[in-house]
Amino acid sequence: MIRFRLREMSVDVSGTGTEATPSRSGEPKRPRSGKSFFKLSSPATFYPFAGRMIPVFWVLAAVLILLGLYWGFFQTPDQLGGTNAQKEYYRIIFIHVPSAWMSMWLYLVVVGWCAIGLVFNTRLSFMMANAVAPTGAVFTFIALWTGAFWGRPSWGTYWDWDPRLTSELILFFLYIGYMALHSAIDDTRRADRAAALLAIVGLVMVPVIFWSINCPDPNQCAALHQRSGLGRIDGDILFAMLTLTLGFWMYSFATSFTRLRSIILTREAEATWVREVVRREMPLGARR
Amino acid sequence: MSEFVNQGGYAWYVWGAYGVCLVLLVAEVLVLRKERRTILARLGRLLRLRASGGNK
Repeated sequence: MIRFRLREMSVDVSGTGTEATPSRSGEPKRPRSGKSFFKLSSPATFYPFAGRMIPVFWVLAAVLILLGLYWGFFQTPDQLGGTNAQKEYYRIIFIHVPSAWMSMWLYLVVVGWCAIGLVFNTRLSFMMANAVAPTGAVFTFIALWTGAFWGRPSWGTYWDWDPRLTSELILFFLYIGYMALHSAIDDTRRADRAAALLAIVGLVMVPVIFWSINCPDPNQCAALHQRSGLGRIDGDILFAMLTLTLGFWMYSFATSFTRLRSIILTREAEATWVREVVRREMPLGARR
Repeated sequence: MSEFVNQGGYAWYVWGAYGVCLVLLVAEVLVLRKERRTILARLGRLLRLRASGGNK
């Protein structure tokens, strides 16, 4: 028992352990696909790595978001000209577009980890997918909400069953469905696989959202985002938008890694290295 | 300053969008922190329970 513990601790401390140590002492080892190709693919190694990265992502997120907000509010014109004149409310663009991009990108990330998990049967991949999905759902909701608050002054309505709005709403339900399905199944491994399948099937929505603005005949289908495109955007506006996108991305890394660490602790609770972590990291107030 | 807050008369839309964004992002961070503390406390209790003689 003691030798076992020492070996797992050495993996945790050095951060270079590549061998697949059985993480749950009682559980039979699951078949693995040959060697482990990535150093960080074991939860025991990724946990401290994520812990070191989280502060970095927080700093990057704060700097980028503050810079983007400053630029968006103080270095851009008050109004937008062009065919569809926009007054001050166009400033919603600086959070609307980045969160919409993140909503789609994070869904791709969730599906990617689900697919890797299904193919290689790796625990950490499913945990990654689980960790990213709630942040994706938050950004999807923000995209919908800010879109409504932008749509009211510019289109005269908070909501319309436009192709892009509708497909984004479906993406929100897909996130919710993925999380709900996962939490509805008690056996974690079955939950992982079932929810992964749902996520992969739902992947069809991402290209629909992305290209739903390209309405072939505006007389037959009116797409509200028809005129949007990056090509004609003012440089300062684009800079603020892209900066906030990067900021949101860094925020997503920080929250996902934080959630991932909680998931790892929960799922690997029986592992010896987790007990060491709990002894070390437990907040003093909770020691009663 | 009041001009900035007013956003050319569109304060409700601009701050309605930004406010909810801020609230959600901050709420997510707070929920995550609480989750982590809950899990650490639960695992800690489990550890002490075993240390006090439950699990040899």
